[in-house]
Amino acid sequence: MEITADMPGENENKVNDERAPLALRPFAATGRTVIAWVGSLGAAAIFLFLAVARIPGRNQFSRIVQQTYYIGASSITIIMLVSLFTGMVLGLQSYHALVQFGAAGAVGSLVSLSLIMELGPVLTAIMITARAGSAITAEIGIQRISEQIDALTTMRISPIRYLISPKVAAAVISFPLLTSVFDLVGILGGYISAVMLLGLNGGIYLHSIQTYVVLSDITNGFVKAIVFAVIVATVCCYHGYFTHMRTDSHGARAVGLSTTAAVVTSCVLILVSDYVVTSLLV
Amino acid sequence: MRTPLIEFKDVTKRFGRKTVLDRVNLQIYEGEVTTIIGLSGSGKSVMLKHIIGLLQPDEGVIYFRGKPLASMTKKELAGSFARISYMFQGNALFDSMTVYDNIALPLRETTDLKRMAIDRKVMARVKQTELTEAIHKYPSELSGGMQKRAALARALITDPQIVLFDEPTTGQDPVRKNAILSMIAQYQKKLNFTAVLVSHEIPDVYFISNRILALYDRRIVFQGTPAELEDFDHPFMDEVIGSLEALQKELTGFYTKRQFAMLNHMQLKRRTDQTPYCIVVFSINRLDTIAQLVGHDAAQETINHMRIYIDKHFGDIGGFSARRNTGEIVTMLPYSNLSETEGILDNFAMDFRQQIIPAMQAGVCVPAGTDDIDATITAGIAEGHPSMDVNAVIALAISQQKEIGRLNCAPGV
Repeated sequence: MEITADMPGENENKVNDERAPLALRPFAATGRTVIAWVGSLGAAAIFLFLAVARIPGRNQFSRIVQQTYYIGASSITIIMLVSLFTGMVLGLQSYHALVQFGAAGAVGSLVSLSLIMELGPVLTAIMITARAGSAITAEIGIQRISEQIDALTTMRISPIRYLISPKVAAAVISFPLLTSVFDLVGILGGYISAVMLLGLNGGIYLHSIQTYVVLSDITNGFVKAIVFAVIVATVCCYHGYFTHMRTDSHGARAVGLSTTAAVVTSCVLILVSDYVVTSLLV
Repeated sequence: MRTPLIEFKDVTKRFGRKTVLDRVNLQIYEGEVTTIIGLSGSGKSVMLKHIIGLLQPDEGVIYFRGKPLASMTKKELAGSFARISYMFQGNALFDSMTVYDNIALPLRETTDLKRMAIDRKVMARVKQTELTEAIHKYPSELSGGMQKRAALARALITDPQIVLFDEPTTGQDPVRKNAILSMIAQYQKKLNFTAVLVSHEIPDVYFISNRILALYDRRIVFQGTPAELEDFDHPFMDEVIGSLEALQKELTGFYTKRQFAMLNHMQLKRRTDQTPYCIVVFSINRLDTIAQLVGHDAAQETINHMRIYIDKHFGDIGGFSARRNTGEIVTMLPYSNLSETEGILDNFAMDFRQQIIPAMQAGVCVPAGTDDIDATITAGIAEGHPSMDVNAVIALAISQQKEIGRLNCAPGV
């Protein structure tokens, strides 16, 4: 099975509004939107399946390493910066809240659990979406409108294998690694604000982390990171790959709109899936 | 009867409500150069994309060696498409890769060749396409012509059996255009692949084509040899002439020799009787001296003055002109006999001496310290009949040339 540039959708999904009676038109519009949405969901699922199935192959290792560098290594600085200040703010807020109840000793566990279970995976995913996800959509979108993807097809090179699979694999590798960096630097940020600036005992801060953080908290955080990686990679690649199917615009404008849609959709899906995964894991 | 390599039967393609191809029927035969011609936006590229499977028809069947593409297994399809290479109109080069990597990509990804073997093949193609100095450059650093040649090199790197060329000469200067068409013809003979071209370059592309397919109003209205097309009486041909005339105005003001030959052929072949036509050959000598002393632009302006005035006098009676050599203009008068043409030429010569020569002299400022430029403008008429060879009539007109004016420019004037 191959997703081609000429997939059904654009033509078939066009329903002539004018044929429906006036009173039914809102329902027709809603129905059409739902059908289009379900169709996109199905297409994205097939897209992801094909991308995963085509990860093994000729020259794929070097492409995955290249993409891991691009998505992962190049994002480390921004991830560290964001996580440092997130941890510092958490340390600051939780210290002032807990000290009123004489529970300042729990600052370490509160900061670390918040980061490991929630903020680490979510903020990492959102930051990578903003930095690398948007670039992925724009890059693939431009390759689509300049017929580079069609050129691959004519050269018997699977565009999914060549362009999409390495990005999905690289995202699955990078997200948990960057999440762990976020967690560690965030805990360090909490230490700086709570211990070094507010005078909490350092031993108490670290002991609290050691006592309350268990391995399942960390693995749950990584599970979320992997789920977010799959969502972000799929959404961003999908929007770029099907830029030419947009009915609202063409060319460079379509690439811009696809990029915006990819970032917004990714962020919303990260938060929605965060709730779903959390409710399944707790 | 030969089995076509590729055959379209009643192929229809729509984009939304717009029908681009409407029950198209065509045949493409193995080992030939087939050119699809048609006006801009008529669906030629869409047709080409159906052949390689980038688009699927909404209705109708596409056969590959007599077997419908739609009924082929995935393996059979892959086998069929593996022999086809495609050169895109917009080149579709990977802008984040160098020219070398672009050309090497199909070999790296689809063959088991070693690095050295890939390098040898790539460098051979690079040399043939005169891209040696550009191999480490990115496509954005190349001119349009060089990008085209890089795309051509990439299309031919896998030694394909069928090559689809989508507007291979668009954006090329005349020299490169001929070089690319010659290269396609040369490779086609050497590698014996089947070439399918989509082109606007009418009639330049005829010279390398075995068969022409004309797409007009969403359908194939003609399939046959270039010679047969010239005899084809259809509104499509009128539009072809219209587009040539537009091109003439847009470019140098002249038809190319090939366009002129095609127009001649069409005008004369359409006739059922043997009514005569006339050819006038105008020459200006020492145009090279003008170019050397005053510059190429001034020489061009001089000949342009002549062209405008020739068009003004002879255009109204159906005449059209082409530039044969640097200082030679040939005007065809398809509906005029000798006596009528002689009368028009006399009027032309008189007006030319009174009005145009002073304007031409004003445009040629000879630098001080150099000799006068004394150029002679001559004209000769010959009458021909549709059965006669046009070149023989032109030669006769040249032999009849006599002076109609003299351009005299003194230094510092």
